[in-house]
Amino acid sequence: MTSPNPPAAGTAGRPRSQRFDLERIGLGLAAPVLAVLLSVIIAGTLLATSGRDPFSAFKIMWDYGTASDGQVAVLNKATVYYLAAAAAAFGFRMNLFNIGIEGQYKLAMMFAAFVGTQIDLPAFLQIPLMLIVAMFVGGLWASIAGLLKVYRGVSEVISTIMLNAIATAVIGVLLVPGILAPKTSGVTNSIQTAKISESSHFFAIETQGGTLWGFIVIAALVGVVFHFTLNRTRFGFDLRATGRSESAAKASGVNVKRMVITSIVVSGALAGLVGLPELMQNTPYFGQNVQTGLGFIGISVALLGRNSPIGIAFSALLFAFLDASGAQLPTRGDFPAEIIPVIQGTIVICVVVAYELVRRFGLKRQQQKVGAELAAQAAAAAAPKDQKEVAA
Amino acid sequence: MSVRRSHHARPPEPPAGPLSLQRNEAPDDQQEIAITPSDSASPGGTPSAGTATPAVELRGITKRFPGVVANHDIDITVRRGTVHALMGENGAGKSTLMKILYGMQKPDEGTIAINGEQVSFATPGDAIARGIGMVHQHFMLADNLTVWENIVLGSEKLYGIGAKAKAKIREISDQYGLGVKPDALVEDLGVADRQRVEILKVLYRGARILILDEPTAVLVPQEVDALFDNLRELKAEGVTVIFISHKLHEVLSVADAISVIRRGTTVGDADPKAVTARQLAELMVGAELPSPESRDSTVTDVEMLRVEGLRIAKPDAEGVERVVLDDISLRIHKGEILGIAGVEGNGQAELVEAIMGMLSPDGGAVTLDGVDLTGARTRARREAGIGYIPEDRHRHGLLLEAPLWENRILGHVTERPNSKGALLDPAGARADTQRIVEEYDVRTPGIEVTAASLSGGNQQKLIIGREMSHRPKLLIAAHPTRGVDVGAQAQIWAQIRSAQREGLAVLLISADLDELIGLSDTIRVIYRGALVADADPATVTAEDLGTAMTGATTGNIVSDRVPSTDTADHVQAGE
Repeated sequence: MTSPNPPAAGTAGRPRSQRFDLERIGLGLAAPVLAVLLSVIIAGTLLATSGRDPFSAFKIMWDYGTASDGQVAVLNKATVYYLAAAAAAFGFRMNLFNIGIEGQYKLAMMFAAFVGTQIDLPAFLQIPLMLIVAMFVGGLWASIAGLLKVYRGVSEVISTIMLNAIATAVIGVLLVPGILAPKTSGVTNSIQTAKISESSHFFAIETQGGTLWGFIVIAALVGVVFHFTLNRTRFGFDLRATGRSESAAKASGVNVKRMVITSIVVSGALAGLVGLPELMQNTPYFGQNVQTGLGFIGISVALLGRNSPIGIAFSALLFAFLDASGAQLPTRGDFPAEIIPVIQGTIVICVVVAYELVRRFGLKRQQQKVGAELAAQAAAAAAPKDQKEVAA
Repeated sequence: MSVRRSHHARPPEPPAGPLSLQRNEAPDDQQEIAITPSDSASPGGTPSAGTATPAVELRGITKRFPGVVANHDIDITVRRGTVHALMGENGAGKSTLMKILYGMQKPDEGTIAINGEQVSFATPGDAIARGIGMVHQHFMLADNLTVWENIVLGSEKLYGIGAKAKAKIREISDQYGLGVKPDALVEDLGVADRQRVEILKVLYRGARILILDEPTAVLVPQEVDALFDNLRELKAEGVTVIFISHKLHEVLSVADAISVIRRGTTVGDADPKAVTARQLAELMVGAELPSPESRDSTVTDVEMLRVEGLRIAKPDAEGVERVVLDDISLRIHKGEILGIAGVEGNGQAELVEAIMGMLSPDGGAVTLDGVDLTGARTRARREAGIGYIPEDRHRHGLLLEAPLWENRILGHVTERPNSKGALLDPAGARADTQRIVEEYDVRTPGIEVTAASLSGGNQQKLIIGREMSHRPKLLIAAHPTRGVDVGAQAQIWAQIRSAQREGLAVLLISADLDELIGLSDTIRVIYRGALVADADPATVTAEDLGTAMTGATTGNIVSDRVPSTDTADHVQAGE
């Protein structure tokens, strides 16, 4: 009974398994690359059928993306997308669909802006304070969905979507002169908070291509902490285990209810950061004309980036590039900017399908490979094995 | 009831030599219990039977899934106009077989003949066209529609959607005595009525062969009787019913013929007139009599686990309270293996989950090694020293798409070598996984492959290695060798025994009487959520244990003198 594995298995196992990994990485990359190619082809076909030259459109985008001012704009956009995607990905990693990033970041942004107008501490206190306020508000808003799911069985998809609408209404109620907005709302007609204090401004890097937002450092930090938490902590293991199999996680001792609440709060807290680059680096107040839709872009970016901190960095850059360069299409040539949402949409659809296909293919292939390798081992060790069976 | 009449249960042919019964040839060892070795219809025919061509003939059906053979060489003949029971424990392969017959899955090998004609089904639609209908365990009805709308839905072409359809529904309902009211709203119906709607639904679609998947699982006893009356009506009208169940008495009371499936293959056919409940139980679980090794008792008098008055009662969909665990009390000492025998679904799974803290009981206490764990969470219980080999390793024991070393962490993430403080220790976990792979003979090319790519036996060895590595005080082993190949089976038994010698207390749940008698120091029998009997594995026979599993005997089972309770058919239990 104690006969160990044939020695081959122990020593030769490692390199073989690394080959598995390389193959898996290859498979993993194939899916998004194919999805992007396919969507570019579809967009090109669309342009061609409407009588425009797709190649000159792509050239405009490419030229913009390779110019330094374009690159800075892409990086700034990507910073925001990355934060939104990280928020979405954190939930996705345990099968929680936080569709409410939209509402979470807007509420968080509003309260952070209000705090920024009311308090004027030195920057090294003021900026962390605003970050904390934003994360707290985002997390608090998301926790409603978590509590509803755990104690009332309400699907977080439904509740977060509804909370988005409620968040908009809450903003409408609070963002009125005399509450969060000053009594006189300045020169414009739109209602907005006062300007945040000077110390609330985040540092920026002036480059020859324009102002690069210092918030990219925060985004990178979020990525590092995300990766570390998920892959190197007990909490992260519990989270991934719950995402992979809730029943197995429960049997292994994970408190699934607490896990649901914790992770949706973390997701909401990350979502709280999404609006801050704009607030602290570009538009120093929160108003009705705040950018919308970042939460949904975050979901797309997270899907394309496969919920991994590195993957979403690349997909955030891609989406930011598409958006920033797509904005040039109507001005630098006779091209509709709508072609960009077409590309993004097809990428997401293709990539979701492709990932699932790759996942199944990879699983099956590995089973076959393991089977084949074990059969070979068994053949090699046939003689001693027979003896053992007789003994049993 | 045929149970009372079967004095001459033993077939004329000599029993297969018990010494030849190696564990790896389970299918052949049943001749002494099976009334007929396989397909040929038993002679004691029923009045309604007797048509020459069988309604369904399955020959050599084999179905493989990655890593498992779900069905293997299955032969079943179902005569027309009979109720044919298909019996077997959970996981024996009944559902896969019925999915094949209903066209939901294609067999890898073998043939299906319906009314003597060879067929090949690609979809359930093909099966329906051949007159096969299936009533699933979980009803597929739209609550907010009426019975009539539910029945017509999807078959609008047959009789339209209007008065003609409604008349047809009434006609079928009267013909088979189903008593279905077409205008009732489904949400107002009880479980039994819904089931009749489901039956009518398939009859409406022209089914002459009806597959009922565990139809009694959701019914209370009176409803079961009513269902059986319906089945007899159907039979009288020439409909063939295939009835899947693992409840012995129900099968005996309604079936005209019985086929038993174990470990994915047919182990024999039985005539319900001539077979007893306990023989069926043995047939289902495989009671090849083991030769319990003469071994020194390792049982000490140090109490390890104490369970007091554990009770779980949950209301079902109808609001009727069903007692799942009925005041269970048990003790396990250091070095003792306590085996729980019972037909599946009698509360074993709930008992395990309650001890693991996955299910919170309505009453009772759990104490491990003097520490009260009654209110503790699952993780605290694991840390306190409970190891767990779950019944369903895919759902509860593994992360199938995670590499082996991550699976080694699962369940023990707070313990070394998997973590240090709040941080994981992947290097430590990897190294220890490598050790487990070698010590427990897990056949794998490496520890980075996913758990899904291993065979069932190797997955199980990994789980056992993982649980044993944390030196548990108590091991809960639920069906530890289910779905495991013969070689791995023996290894798993040896590992449990050696841990026992080191003072481990084991709670062994098994449907395999062989395993129970061979491993346990004490056996308790669970029936309808209560521990009703106990036995000494050194003296008890599988037959007597089988009887107790049907609820027929209670108290202490002594094999020499079977207490004559209501089952008067005790065959001399010889050694």
